[in-house]
Amino acid sequence: MATDRPLSLFRNMAAKIAAIPMILTAMVVFVGGTFWTITYSFTNSKLLPRANFVGFDQYERLWNSSRWLVSIENLMIYGICSLILSFVIGFLLAALLDQKIRYEDAFRTILLYPFALSFIVTGLVWQWILNPDFGIQFIVRSMGWESFAFDPLYNPKIVIFGVLIAGLWQGTGLIMVLMLAGLRGIDQEIWKASRVDGIPAWKTYVFIVIPMMRPVFITTLVIVASGIVRLYDLIVAQTGGGPGLASEVPAKYVYDYMFQGQNLGQGFAASTMMLLAVAVVIIPWAMLEFGGKKRG
Amino acid sequence: MGNKASAIDMPDVVLEPRTLVEGPSGPKPKKRLSRRNIMIYGTLIVICLYYLLPLYVMVVTSLKGMPEIRLGNIFAPPVEITFEPWVKAWAQACTGLNCEGLSRGFWNSVRITIPSVLASIVIASVNGYALANWRFKGADLFFTILIFGAFIPYQVMLYPIVILLREIGLYGTLWGLVIVHTIFGMPILTLLFRNYFTSLPEELFKAARVDGARFWGIYFRIMVPMSLPIFVVAMILQVTGIWNDFLFGVVYTKPEFYPMTVQLNNIVNSVQGVKEYNVNMAATLLTGLVPLIIYFVSGKLFVRGIAAGAVKG
Amino acid sequence: MEPSISIRDLVLRFGAITVLNGLNLDVKQGEFVVLLGSSGCGKSTLLNCIAGLLDVSEGQIFINGRNVTWEEPSDRGIGMVFQSYALYPQMTVEGNLSFGLKNARVPKAEVQERVARAAKTLQIEPLLKRKPAALSGGQRQRVAIGRALVRDVDVFLFDEPLSNLDAKLRADLRVEIKQLHQRLRNTMIYVTHDQIEAMTLADRIAIMKGGEVLQFDTPNEIYNRPASRYVAEFIGSPTMNFLEGTVDLSEAPRFAGSQATFDLDGYSFADRPAGGPAAFGIRPEHIVTGPEAAAKPIRFDTRVDLVEPLGSDTLAWVHAGDQSFWVRMDGQSAVRSGDSLPIGFDPQRANIFDMQTEARL
Repeated sequence: MATDRPLSLFRNMAAKIAAIPMILTAMVVFVGGTFWTITYSFTNSKLLPRANFVGFDQYERLWNSSRWLVSIENLMIYGICSLILSFVIGFLLAALLDQKIRYEDAFRTILLYPFALSFIVTGLVWQWILNPDFGIQFIVRSMGWESFAFDPLYNPKIVIFGVLIAGLWQGTGLIMVLMLAGLRGIDQEIWKASRVDGIPAWKTYVFIVIPMMRPVFITTLVIVASGIVRLYDLIVAQTGGGPGLASEVPAKYVYDYMFQGQNLGQGFAASTMMLLAVAVVIIPWAMLEFGGKKRG
Repeated sequence: MGNKASAIDMPDVVLEPRTLVEGPSGPKPKKRLSRRNIMIYGTLIVICLYYLLPLYVMVVTSLKGMPEIRLGNIFAPPVEITFEPWVKAWAQACTGLNCEGLSRGFWNSVRITIPSVLASIVIASVNGYALANWRFKGADLFFTILIFGAFIPYQVMLYPIVILLREIGLYGTLWGLVIVHTIFGMPILTLLFRNYFTSLPEELFKAARVDGARFWGIYFRIMVPMSLPIFVVAMILQVTGIWNDFLFGVVYTKPEFYPMTVQLNNIVNSVQGVKEYNVNMAATLLTGLVPLIIYFVSGKLFVRGIAAGAVKG
Repeated sequence: MEPSISIRDLVLRFGAITVLNGLNLDVKQGEFVVLLGSSGCGKSTLLNCIAGLLDVSEGQIFINGRNVTWEEPSDRGIGMVFQSYALYPQMTVEGNLSFGLKNARVPKAEVQERVARAAKTLQIEPLLKRKPAALSGGQRQRVAIGRALVRDVDVFLFDEPLSNLDAKLRADLRVEIKQLHQRLRNTMIYVTHDQIEAMTLADRIAIMKGGEVLQFDTPNEIYNRPASRYVAEFIGSPTMNFLEGTVDLSEAPRFAGSQATFDLDGYSFADRPAGGPAAFGIRPEHIVTGPEAAAKPIRFDTRVDLVEPLGSDTLAWVHAGDQSFWVRMDGQSAVRSGDSLPIGFDPQRANIFDMQTEARL
């Protein structure tokens, strides 16, 4: 007879056993792995990780490396442009689709399909379309504008914008879907009220709807931002980091140093910097989003 | 009961864009063929053409012979349709010295995707169920860590996982990659399942307990049969995600086990030999075909899946 | 006879919030007990504790003399009916009824026999092969009751079982539940916030507030002699009228209010009452109007502010000075707003509560 309170360890035993994979993943891989990498970023590990601590040497080398600085610069340019453009395009597309139009499903299906494709496929298609000898530049020239130049993938100055074109093509559909869900989540009565009050549609969007969509914007921002930091596959497929080092990004820097340059310490230091960048975005968001809700 | 509120509640709008189905909410249009309508449809059609352009270019390029490509422009439809590039891409295209085409990568991807999808869904659904209905001490903490883990750049965890896999002797094997996919699929899938199970009426769970069902009995007899749509959503999310993966494939497997994306990249970006653009585009299209088919077939469920998976980035 | 359910010093906390606060309750064999209170009073929580669906923080629960505090819900000898019916959507009615028996590994023949018996009792035999989605609300709730019935248990727990039904159906099922209890004679604990359900069904009602039982008594006693002002206000609609003033017990008991002072002849005081600031409560249905009022010991001349004709009776909101009353009159009463209306009542029918402790004097 179960008269006494059972040991709390054995209460819900099956649930605890079922949660073991989650606990292992969270504690060993996510927490353990992260701390391991941070720790070994202070060593001079080369081919194999060695606990030979050298302080901030790796970070000093990192920030003195022109390749890293180019990577950071590219990520900043790509990130800012991609954030602004994907928000603007995504919202405009969503607002367009929200005009009680026919064939909405068809339009949405077309705008979203690139998101089903991998970055590798995306990168390779756009590599082909932007190929100056066969693609857009060739066609415009053959139409008579002989001096037309559009070869982003071969021009170090604008190569990152070539990548941006592909990235936006792949990702804006998703932003549109998120924004559309946000628009649909807004009370129908708002539109009725604004019609009764005779407020023009654009004013309703700017002054009423957009402020109401703040939560959707924040979530979208976090999604887009954490995706940007991971930018890797697209670069590998579309430019391979070139021409020269012109389109390098941090994620590729990490991979190359860890698995090709046989300089693990440098890779760890670079990945720790990436973690730091993400933390700067995530932690304030998490505090905003969950800090207030805890009481609920 | 009252303490159901948990540390992590992703905004519903992202996880369940069910509102998409309910129809538009914007200002009401006036006449059928007003100037406003012409502008809206015109804009949308132009934009859609732009989005469709790369798919079109892939298809036409892959159906042309190399001489035609060298002469014509990439947007022109093929004068003479040939399926040669497709055959070559599938069976003969070279990566370095290996000239087996994409087919090996395709079968590798199949062998990676199926167990990864099954394992990640089974584990995450049981986890989500345990979190939603059998709340035990510390569960919220582990779950919060798991969700934050979804935002840690993969690069941070790449090497520790190499070491873990090496320790258990699975580094460089298909099964090692399956484990990696299961691990990285866990945050988002657990969140998906937990939120879904939480949304089911709690009284059903209570009724089943009064009826004498235990942890696994309730999971298999009550929860799973009620949750088939969310399992489909999770499956779509995972199949496309794992099929499209490149980084894990390249880090955790040897060339003989490379998934299709890695092999595709190696074929197209191979520096040796003459560039065969038609073969490259056929290979690209072949690789994109699996997720594209899933996308066009599953429609709204896919939208739900990617909206949920978006958090994964 | 040993109590059917006995709850000893039950405490339940969710984090820092105490939901049940040292609660004691004894339910007799075969008794129909209603837990009544507004939302958040802990009544559903208490029921879930009895069922074993919530782990208690302190205290003990006995069912038929057996300490079941830490037993699985299915081992406690209870059946439970939920507000949302909680029917398993993927199973037929038959599957729903037999699920618990199959889990308990009851032999097949017996499962069939018990399901057939329950279906007959509840007249749901034609529905056995259907899925819950194909049933009406009333049918679903019958099946949910059937699921408790097949378990052949001594204790039935009902968690607001009629709240999701419309008014007509609710009244019908209420009668059926009462008949079921009269036939089966097993212990039933029934949670509701509806005082009509409580009054009609219960042998005894436990009025709950803030995780404690304020009064546990027969419906009659709760209606006529509420233990506290909260209980008095909770039971009865429209709510009891109150006159605030002072009770003087030094000689013959007297009540002094702002509008009137009167003797409390015939009022049955509780043991050892104390005088002082008090609220004199009289139910709207215990107030008489018109010529009859003249015969009553306590009288007011009032003016009518509002009339609510209900058909069966008429409610009037009246005032005398700054004192307002709800008055229940005959359904065909011709009173109109603005009329002057004499009212009167007996102190025997009143309840007087201490202003501080809110306890009945």
